[in-house]
Amino acid sequence: MNENTSPDEDIAIERFTTGKEHKPIKSLDEFPEEYRDDILDAGIEPIGKNRAGSFLQQDDSVIYSNAEHEGLEIMGTADALKKYNWLKDYLWKIVPSDMDKYTADVELEHGQGYFIRSKAGSKVTVPAQACLFITSDNSGQKVHNIVIAEENSELHIIAGCSVSHTVNSALHLGVSEFYVKKGAKITFTMIHNWSEGMEVRPRTAVVIEDDAVFIDNYILMTPVKSLQTYPTAYCVGRNARATFQSIVYATGSTKVDMGARAVLQGNNSRAEIISRAIATDHAKIISRSDIIGKGANAKGHIECTGLLLSDDAEIDSIPELKAMCKDLELSHEAAVGKIAEEEIQYLMARGLSKEEATSLIIRGFLNVDITGLPDALARDIKKMLDMCLEKVV
Amino acid sequence: MLQIKNLTVEVNGKEILRDLTLNIESGEVHALFGPNGCGKTTLLMTILGYPGYKVKKGCIIFKEVDITHLPTNERVKLGMGMSFQHPPEIRGVKLGDMVNITLGKEKKEADKEVIALARRLNISTDFLSRDVNLGFSGGEVKKSEILQILAQSPEFIMFDEPDSGVDIENIELIGKIISELLDRNKRPSKRNKAGLVITHSGSVMQYLKADRAHVMLDGRVACSGMPDEVTKNIIANGFEKCVELCSKED
Repeated sequence: MNENTSPDEDIAIERFTTGKEHKPIKSLDEFPEEYRDDILDAGIEPIGKNRAGSFLQQDDSVIYSNAEHEGLEIMGTADALKKYNWLKDYLWKIVPSDMDKYTADVELEHGQGYFIRSKAGSKVTVPAQACLFITSDNSGQKVHNIVIAEENSELHIIAGCSVSHTVNSALHLGVSEFYVKKGAKITFTMIHNWSEGMEVRPRTAVVIEDDAVFIDNYILMTPVKSLQTYPTAYCVGRNARATFQSIVYATGSTKVDMGARAVLQGNNSRAEIISRAIATDHAKIISRSDIIGKGANAKGHIECTGLLLSDDAEIDSIPELKAMCKDLELSHEAAVGKIAEEEIQYLMARGLSKEEATSLIIRGFLNVDITGLPDALARDIKKMLDMCLEKVV
Repeated sequence: MLQIKNLTVEVNGKEILRDLTLNIESGEVHALFGPNGCGKTTLLMTILGYPGYKVKKGCIIFKEVDITHLPTNERVKLGMGMSFQHPPEIRGVKLGDMVNITLGKEKKEADKEVIALARRLNISTDFLSRDVNLGFSGGEVKKSEILQILAQSPEFIMFDEPDSGVDIENIELIGKIISELLDRNKRPSKRNKAGLVITHSGSVMQYLKADRAHVMLDGRVACSGMPDEVTKNIIANGFEKCVELCSKED
């Protein structure tokens, strides 16, 4: 990729102002009608149906947080820090505040973000939902999220980040720290529903202890000015497992530099990184993935494929493997290219037009079987993915 | 149903079919024999309208429409279908989806029908949810192709080696279904379908009871005759000798 077109561009944070303050709402029904579609597009259920709890932050104000399940806690991070003295030990523990100027800015602002915790032993199989929503033009939303699954608990989260259709330009800085304790499981499915004027810098890290599982699903189908993220999962425990699956469809002048990294420290730990990237129009995607093997019998696999639909688009796929112990199995497969003419022709031989055939192949390409989710949630996610696909293909 | 007149076809600038003429009437099934590389698959792909197959001379008339320059899907809409020898793998597109597409019905209505059709070919519902052709065995590819054709139910069907890589037990099953697809179980006056079948072995032929067989050599139909006689001749004398003998009879 051309040096001067790299999405890792510097953002002048000071250009963005603090967002408006918003009053809390008593129930999700009170959420303003005009924004309802914006959060719906990010996978958020506006009446909280089939959700174990909901968190809704508009600009810098937490306007709603509620947990329906007794094993679950949901609140704003700033509120949680007041409530629990111990929580400060989880803050900036795995994402250093001096990592870059964006993390530093988040620390200085002491903003909200969500705190979600499943209590020891509680299996919350219905997903909780969290939405970070921007409605002030030219504002910078700075959040610090902390998610903790205590020992032997199970937690499923649908997170939607969205921006109002009325906002032309805004910044989102999001620090997220995930703690998956012994025998626990977190699945985190995030839909990013941004717009052409958004600059987005999430900074995420995950610690996975003995026999714990972390599954991350990421979906981006809408344009964004620039997005740069590289979450790291530290599989510190024995049998710790991390899975990252991402589906990105970049249109317009979207610039995305994203990836996932897993550090396999624990004996017998596992990681899998699967990404599907499509770039069309003038979009540029850098798709990174990195697995570092340190623990005995650790296994890691990277599968990154990209599909280019325009001569003006670019995909740069960078899979990396690092072995630091001899008893490891690390592998990767990467492929970037255009749609095979032979596949289009085959579908045309079954009666589809060229356009229909192309659309079906794209849908197929993005059709990742998202594993590890409870059935109802898997169906929900599938529906969301179809909804997102409906708009682009 | 299908008239091919003086067809000359190039692939990658190389002439593969030369001045080829062939007529297939409604109700007829023709078998196509010939050594590897003689142009059999090229003929089928050209009839289907694949873009790499450039018609330099001649024309193809299907159901009284000149289809020589129509795109593949338009030809398919007119009522032709093809069972491919080496179909491509399409990641994320399930075999079940493909069958639904060829049925051309509403999804809910189609789903039941797909399962019913699959059952006839001893295809499990698990198999229907696999990505089409991805990691399929030779026999599975053929079954998947025939299942799609069964759903599509075209009037004119081309089969490119429907029996290669298929075990004995399944050859009987596939043979019977192909013969049914081509109306072979009906009285000759009731047959409305037509077919063109490429095969190397006689095993499928015994179920098909083709009306006519052609031997292709070097991009032309070198000789034609009754399937039994042509087959015997090929087995006894080889392709080239068979053509020589045919020519003498003329």
